[in-house]
Amino acid sequence: MDTLLQQLINGLTLGAVYALVALGYTMVYGIIGLINFAHGEVVMIGTMVAFTVIVALAGSGMPPLVVLAIGLLVSVLVCMVLGWALERVAYRPLRHAPRLTPLITAIGMSIVLQNVAMIIWGRNYITFPPMIDKKIYEVGGASFTNVQVAIVTLAALVMLGLIYLVHRTRIGMAMRATAQNPHVASLMGVDINRVIAMAFIIGSALGAVAGCMVGSYYEIAHYQMGFMLGLKAFTAAVLGGIGNLAGAMAGGLLLGVIEALGAGYIGDLTGDFLGSHYQDIFAFIVLIIVLMFRPSGLFGERTGDRA
Amino acid sequence: MNTRIRKSGPGRQHWWALLLIGAVLLAVPFVAALGGQAWVRIANFAILYVFLALGLNIVVGYAGLLDLGYVAFYAVGAYVYALLASPHFGIHLPFWVILPLGAALACLFGVLLGSPTLKLRGDYLAIVTLGFGEIIRIFLNNLNAPINVTNGAQGITLIDPIRIGDFSFAQTSIILGVSVSGPQKYYFLLVALAIMIIIINVRLQDSRVGRAWQAIREDEVAAKACGINTRNIKLLAFAMGASFGGVAGGVFSAMQGFVSPESFSLMESITILAMVVLGGMGHIPGVILGAVLLTALPEALRYGIQPLQQALFGRMIVDPESLRMLVFGLALVLVMRFRPAGLWPSSQRRRELAESAD
Repeated sequence: MDTLLQQLINGLTLGAVYALVALGYTMVYGIIGLINFAHGEVVMIGTMVAFTVIVALAGSGMPPLVVLAIGLLVSVLVCMVLGWALERVAYRPLRHAPRLTPLITAIGMSIVLQNVAMIIWGRNYITFPPMIDKKIYEVGGASFTNVQVAIVTLAALVMLGLIYLVHRTRIGMAMRATAQNPHVASLMGVDINRVIAMAFIIGSALGAVAGCMVGSYYEIAHYQMGFMLGLKAFTAAVLGGIGNLAGAMAGGLLLGVIEALGAGYIGDLTGDFLGSHYQDIFAFIVLIIVLMFRPSGLFGERTGDRA
Repeated sequence: MNTRIRKSGPGRQHWWALLLIGAVLLAVPFVAALGGQAWVRIANFAILYVFLALGLNIVVGYAGLLDLGYVAFYAVGAYVYALLASPHFGIHLPFWVILPLGAALACLFGVLLGSPTLKLRGDYLAIVTLGFGEIIRIFLNNLNAPINVTNGAQGITLIDPIRIGDFSFAQTSIILGVSVSGPQKYYFLLVALAIMIIIINVRLQDSRVGRAWQAIREDEVAAKACGINTRNIKLLAFAMGASFGGVAGGVFSAMQGFVSPESFSLMESITILAMVVLGGMGHIPGVILGAVLLTALPEALRYGIQPLQQALFGRMIVDPESLRMLVFGLALVLVMRFRPAGLWPSSQRRRELAESAD
């Protein structure tokens, strides 16, 4: 029983991160129907920037929490600019190109960002300096740290903020309108370009937050970390129904929990035939099974082939 | 819709063009060998990628199904060959048994994956195929315990070369007074395979099946309404692409003598897809161009960047490997930016683009 609780807690932490990254994918996809393959790399850059800032300020005598907050803030700002630049330079000129063209561009950008990161931060693993004194809490045989609590809380706050933004503000309304029908939205006076740029900026900001979380959770960063993270998060977004905000959140949490449970129990289930290094498989197997029965994801609307 | 009427055979100039291409193809391995056998191997990979890209072109270019896990089928073919012709299990079957077997198994995997998932819309299909590719790779990486099937991350070594009777593709031998090295023999084998797949691609393009694929690509609902069994036709494209991937994998295995899961990463799938899209989806010469360029470019950069840095700055400023990939990524972005339909799109596609731009 205690392993179950333990895996649930770990899964929830991981899921919160997936959910934040998945939101970045889903917002962009919902509005312009593009799989932004470079988003995982934006998250990675976010982690790296936060790392650099934290290391630079670590000896300055500021309280650790302030240092962390500054690191987070700088990383969010850098990623917002990066997201905006990506859209402006790489995707906007291709908005009317064949569907696969921007996909290849996205892949190209992802290669570029990865290698830029490698040139700047090197090809070795980077250890995150621990800024918070880790406290371990025990509940019913399972343990969790204050870092985990912080991650889940922060993720929840950020998601609430996003929901507020999308459903209660003017730009949110413009976003929803554009997602439904960009043409009609523009006739109603919505500045489509601005809305699309906003989707990239907000998505990248969320990605930066997620990147900082991953960094402080695993205390390690690497220039290739964005790839698998992005892949999982995209899977989460599809799982929940891509283009759907609530779906991305639920999909992320679900994926995190499934993965943690899978890794914890696969040995028992298969009589130790398959070990926990098959952890990465669960995401994809669950995805394939879900899509077989619900082709537009768990919470996606059933759309026809033609809009 | 392709209503052009084709001449029933190549005209006079076409024969000359074909002859010229034939002569160039014949000369390439010998010219490349002047710079060392490494260049012959690069030429071999270029042709292997032409084969793979044309296989994927059937799936992506003709049928319009976005497959991001194509390398999984390539991996299946490669491992079938590796397991059945190496000391790993002590089995040494001849290649003409294994290659069809690898193709059949890859085809089976294609059908197994495709039959439940082909009803998905484009991007969902993409992510499912991507996931499938990763699943295959993870299995290859970890199936060394408790029973050692794939030898895990170390991969399988000492794979038999292709051999016909006493004629082995691994050694240098004298044919008609000309010394032909191992890689050069593989080159001619690969060219033969590539010509085969080009013929298949050309013949498919205007066939009943090919037109059905194009109809599905353009508008699936309309295609269905015209009486096309979309599910089976899509499955056919998928299975065909998969079996070509399987064949390519087998040849890769024999040529390298070594396979490991590392060769079958998602990046590989993406590179093959990039060849198809960058060259010009669904257009055979374009796809060939894309494959050759994307194989040659990283190699050219490998040999070009280091001396260039030395000349410009007098020392190595940036790790050449990462700079190489950086330039590769930038090239992808720039080509797509200025030629969104690919470097050499079919005339029909260019027309469509021009229309939609208005």
